[in-house]
Amino acid sequence: MENQLLSIITFLPLVAALILALFMRGDDAAARAGAKWLALFTTSATFVISLFVLLRFDPSNTGFQFVEERTWILGLTYKMGVDGISILFVMLTTFLMPITIYSCWNVETRVKEYMIAFLVLETLMLGVFMALDLVLFYLFFEAGLIPMFLIIGIWGGKERIYAAFKFFLYTFLGSVLMLVAMIAMYFEAGTTDITKLLVHNFGSETFSILGIQVVGGLQTMLFLAFFASFAVKMPMWPVHTWLPDAHVQAPTAGSVVLAAILLKMGGYGFLRFSLPMFPVGSDVMAPLVLWMSAIAIVYTSLVALAQTDMKKLIAYSSVAHMGFVTMGIFAANQQGVDGAIFQMISHGFISGALFLCVGVIYDRMHTRDIDAYGGLVNRMPTYALVFMFFTMANVGLPGTSGFVGEFLTLMGIFQVNTWVAAVAATGVILSAAYALWLYRRVVFGDLIKEALRSITDMDRREKAIFAPLIAMTLILGVYPSLVTDIIGPSVTALVTDYQAALPADGTSLALNEGHSE
Amino acid sequence: MATIILFAPLIGALICGFGWRLIGEKAGQVITTAMIFLAAALSWQIFLTFDGETQRIVIMRWIESGTMGSEWAIRLDRLTAIMLVVVNSVSALVHLYSFGYMAHDENWHEGEHYKARFFAYLSFFTFSMLMLVTSDNLVQMFFGWEGVGVASYLLIGFYYRKASANAAAMKAFIVNRVGDFGFALGIFALFYLTDSIRFDDVFAAAPALAETNLTFLWGEGNAANLIGVLLFIGAMGKSAQLFLHTWLPDAMEGPTPVSALIHAATMVTAGVFLVCRMSPVYEYAPQALAFITVLGALTAFVAATIGLVQNDIKRVIAYSTMSQLGYMFVAAGVGVYSVAMFHLFTHAFFKAMLFLGAGSVIHATHHEQDMRNYGGLRKKIPYTFAAMLIGTLAITGVGIPLTHYGFAGFLSKDAVIESAWVGSGFAFWLLVVAACFTSFYSWRLMFLTFFGESRANGHGHAAHGHGHDDHGHGHHEPHESPMVMLIPLGVLALGAIFSGMLWYKVFFGDETAVRNWFGMETAAHGEAEGDAGHGEVAAASTEGETILAEPAPTEAVPTEAVPPEAHAATEGHAAGVAPKGALVMLPFTPEEQAVVDTRLDADKAAKAEHAPTTMINAAHVVPTWVKVSPFIAMLIGFAVAWLFYIRDPSLPRRLAAQQRPLYLFLLNKWYFDELYDVIFVRPAKWLGGFLWKKGDGNVIDGSLNGVAMGIIPALTRLAGRAQSGYLFHYAFAMVLGIVILVTWMTLFGGAK
Repeated sequence: MENQLLSIITFLPLVAALILALFMRGDDAAARAGAKWLALFTTSATFVISLFVLLRFDPSNTGFQFVEERTWILGLTYKMGVDGISILFVMLTTFLMPITIYSCWNVETRVKEYMIAFLVLETLMLGVFMALDLVLFYLFFEAGLIPMFLIIGIWGGKERIYAAFKFFLYTFLGSVLMLVAMIAMYFEAGTTDITKLLVHNFGSETFSILGIQVVGGLQTMLFLAFFASFAVKMPMWPVHTWLPDAHVQAPTAGSVVLAAILLKMGGYGFLRFSLPMFPVGSDVMAPLVLWMSAIAIVYTSLVALAQTDMKKLIAYSSVAHMGFVTMGIFAANQQGVDGAIFQMISHGFISGALFLCVGVIYDRMHTRDIDAYGGLVNRMPTYALVFMFFTMANVGLPGTSGFVGEFLTLMGIFQVNTWVAAVAATGVILSAAYALWLYRRVVFGDLIKEALRSITDMDRREKAIFAPLIAMTLILGVYPSLVTDIIGPSVTALVTDYQAALPADGTSLALNEGHSE
Repeated sequence: MATIILFAPLIGALICGFGWRLIGEKAGQVITTAMIFLAAALSWQIFLTFDGETQRIVIMRWIESGTMGSEWAIRLDRLTAIMLVVVNSVSALVHLYSFGYMAHDENWHEGEHYKARFFAYLSFFTFSMLMLVTSDNLVQMFFGWEGVGVASYLLIGFYYRKASANAAAMKAFIVNRVGDFGFALGIFALFYLTDSIRFDDVFAAAPALAETNLTFLWGEGNAANLIGVLLFIGAMGKSAQLFLHTWLPDAMEGPTPVSALIHAATMVTAGVFLVCRMSPVYEYAPQALAFITVLGALTAFVAATIGLVQNDIKRVIAYSTMSQLGYMFVAAGVGVYSVAMFHLFTHAFFKAMLFLGAGSVIHATHHEQDMRNYGGLRKKIPYTFAAMLIGTLAITGVGIPLTHYGFAGFLSKDAVIESAWVGSGFAFWLLVVAACFTSFYSWRLMFLTFFGESRANGHGHAAHGHGHDDHGHGHHEPHESPMVMLIPLGVLALGAIFSGMLWYKVFFGDETAVRNWFGMETAAHGEAEGDAGHGEVAAASTEGETILAEPAPTEAVPTEAVPPEAHAATEGHAAGVAPKGALVMLPFTPEEQAVVDTRLDADKAAKAEHAPTTMINAAHVVPTWVKVSPFIAMLIGFAVAWLFYIRDPSLPRRLAAQQRPLYLFLLNKWYFDELYDVIFVRPAKWLGGFLWKKGDGNVIDGSLNGVAMGIIPALTRLAGRAQSGYLFHYAFAMVLGIVILVTWMTLFGGAK
């Protein structure tokens, strides 16, 4: 059992999905309830098993643990494992899925298929974070698009078809380049094993194609190909526009998974592939990425100020927060990368909760229009409290997990480039502006709109959904060592290797210099 | 004991905030208040018995990343002890006062519960403030810093149905965030250069910072000065200094006890506390100190001018607060941090009392705040009048000139002004003029409110006519407040009278006593060490700076002049030891001494027990006219106020009509709000809309979709024809296919 733990976690949801698909018949109330209960049970069981992995995980070991390796028929390898960088993403996924399932208890259309979609999605997402083989990673990474595409396209809002295709095309087109790069890597290194690729030195001699000098050589080319995929996934400015559309059209649970977990794949990809495998390429491109991040933070925060749709506002806020992540990663020092991972985990709880907050009132009023609300605190005091808590967490209030990530990434980047740090730090001001303004328009004020007079406060189920998210946001805010102790050694190894791989005199385009200790 | 002080308010807040439904609102109120009184009692015990030795109590780990470590910890030194007393005393009295003040509130409907929430917020604020003042590193301080910001936000917006309150709350939070932006960058810079954010490490590295250059944005500057300015930007936000002050007057939308606690006595002084706390760094940052002095003096002056013409009783006191904070910053800016703390300490008493007194007036007149509708209240509410009178005597600085007998403000304000004379003539003159204005607006407030004929039947009451019946008083006759409100006034009155005289010596009166009290090295030792120290300052602050700056870049990558020196600093602090005590106050450098000597009274300096080599000793031997000037300014202000509002009440109106542009300029607060709206708020909104519609819409989607534009509609049409049901089946089959393939390969691909 021990050495198959990761496969069990990964495929348990899939097994449940197969059971639902093959054996569950009919569409009466009992069948619907059965599908939901099975999904909830499975995802909860997955979480419990993943806790075993976490407990047995040894943070001081910076290599991969719980590694499984099997031979596939096509000469490929099935290889899974976790290290300090990936394990918390696995935990985030298994933790959030039961909450997500429980949050769609009121869905009554195509319930069985809905549950199947989420269960399959969980398997694929977990696979992405655990795969230690390029082909396997690519399969999980790409296949994950499909259930999400369906969730938006079938259970979404009015413009769901447009949004679903936009989502699919943007992310898929980026991935095609990644596939090309992967093939190139296979020919270069002769293996698809990620653990071997991590120690392979990809060429970094400058060469020229069509008269254009490529500084950093092959590494830069590979970096750019992966970047195309991960940047769209993040999403980074300026390829972020699919996200607001996808969020607005997606059902609440879909938005939660999209924001809380799917967006993290890009950041994970940077940490798993770009930084360790193409350090020279990363270093060459880092100034560009840092500036894209800084622009993203300011640009999307300003755009968030102008929104009239609650979900769009939160979606833009997500893009801004992901800007802190890419900035931290490419600061490439301990604080920056620690902060970036922390920010991703924390954003999983906070943005998920914020989309659930929208879901609570959307379920009641069937509109996301900010102007349709106002004065909710008069009828919904508990909701007002929860929403306030997550608004403050989103703003990065110290004591919540939102602060730690922002603070560490900014601290990391300050050591590399004070301009980027200063520009990005203005995001702290702007986020307060858009988040509090949203809160004020929705929750504060007198309740004068006729339609809202009979709105009810959160029920028991809704409170149960938020409780674990509040707990995690607070615990990680007050005692962040829970996360940093686990990721710390692996990040140190990553950063040290990265800095060591850079040529001593710096690459010619390196406008920044890591502050290595 | 410090741990109990720190957490008692939090426990109170949690019990009251979440448990009041179980234990009842009244019990919640009692528990929070009891907790704060406990904390206050323990604080006084610490304050009175503290021996000056810095203690450190670690509670729990906090943010750790690589070499960056921080704990939840308590640093207990004299500075903390002073703040503990200030925060907990005022907070306890405000809690008590709120029993009476919040008993009936016409902003709420019958049967609505708001009191428990109010008390929980107050206690939560107290907890955050205690976190701020007890912190032992900069990040925990930032936690308290933002925590009080949130508490302030919640309390300003306490009347959440009022649009004006919501707007004011948001404004307070966002403007403070601008300050926090600077504060955070200051923390990052400190960490970058000293590799730590714990105060001890940072203080130990401070002398090295003075010799380090830091490249920040387009410029390269002396690290200590740069950090000093960045941190001060944070202080500007919290302490409502000029340019980041616009939130404070609006914050008066909150209930009056909140104004007394947060926006007068405690939170707004956090900036002053920050500068004093960082005194070991600021002592090596002469340019940052000069900046603080100038900005503090300007704030004191500008706020006082605005205060002259405001009509809302709370806004007058708010501008008065802002002005007094300017005084504190001047004291810190010229290097007498103990005097800044002295004024902070006395100001907490008399300003809290003025606010609570104003609250009592407002309570008495059924939530009327316009002073034009008061008048003649002296006999109706005699106790409140007595308290306000004491507060006014204290803030205007009444005492016996050239002695140490007087109301609290007399001693502390004069100490500020005398020090300002030594440090900066510019600040001195602005402060003296501001003292005159202070006297004028304070007495104007008194005269308009308590003297003359009642103007209560004016337009104000017609507008506010409804709702008053809730009170059950029937008549609109003003009534004295209940005992729970008067007792806090009485206690604060004692502080306003005596706190200056009692603690004059240890804050300002005697150099040795000050040094002992703050736990610093004794004078002789301090001077010896100081000589070594100010050699460095001199080198860094004068011509040496340019010389030092030159060789650095050649050693490193052009854009990164810092690391070599940063490491020097880091190594330095391994050897360096944090200075003893809560404050660092270095003697003058030779250059400074030369300037200072010209400003002193030579006779007095010759006869003085101590040579005027430090700011405190020098401030004692300033010319006599300097010492009496604030007193004279006070008398002038009083006389003019008397002339305007007792002798000839038509004079102000005539003057306002005659000087209309000036009057409007002051009445509209120098048009800061309008200016900011035009240059920040509206452009931000416009830009947001523009980037969204044009940037995201036309440019990004336009071009990126350009490729896909042909595809998406086609696919959409296809999908439309295929019906979503079929689409589902296709795609679903696709997923299942992949899934089955993977599973099959996994299970039957064969183990190796």
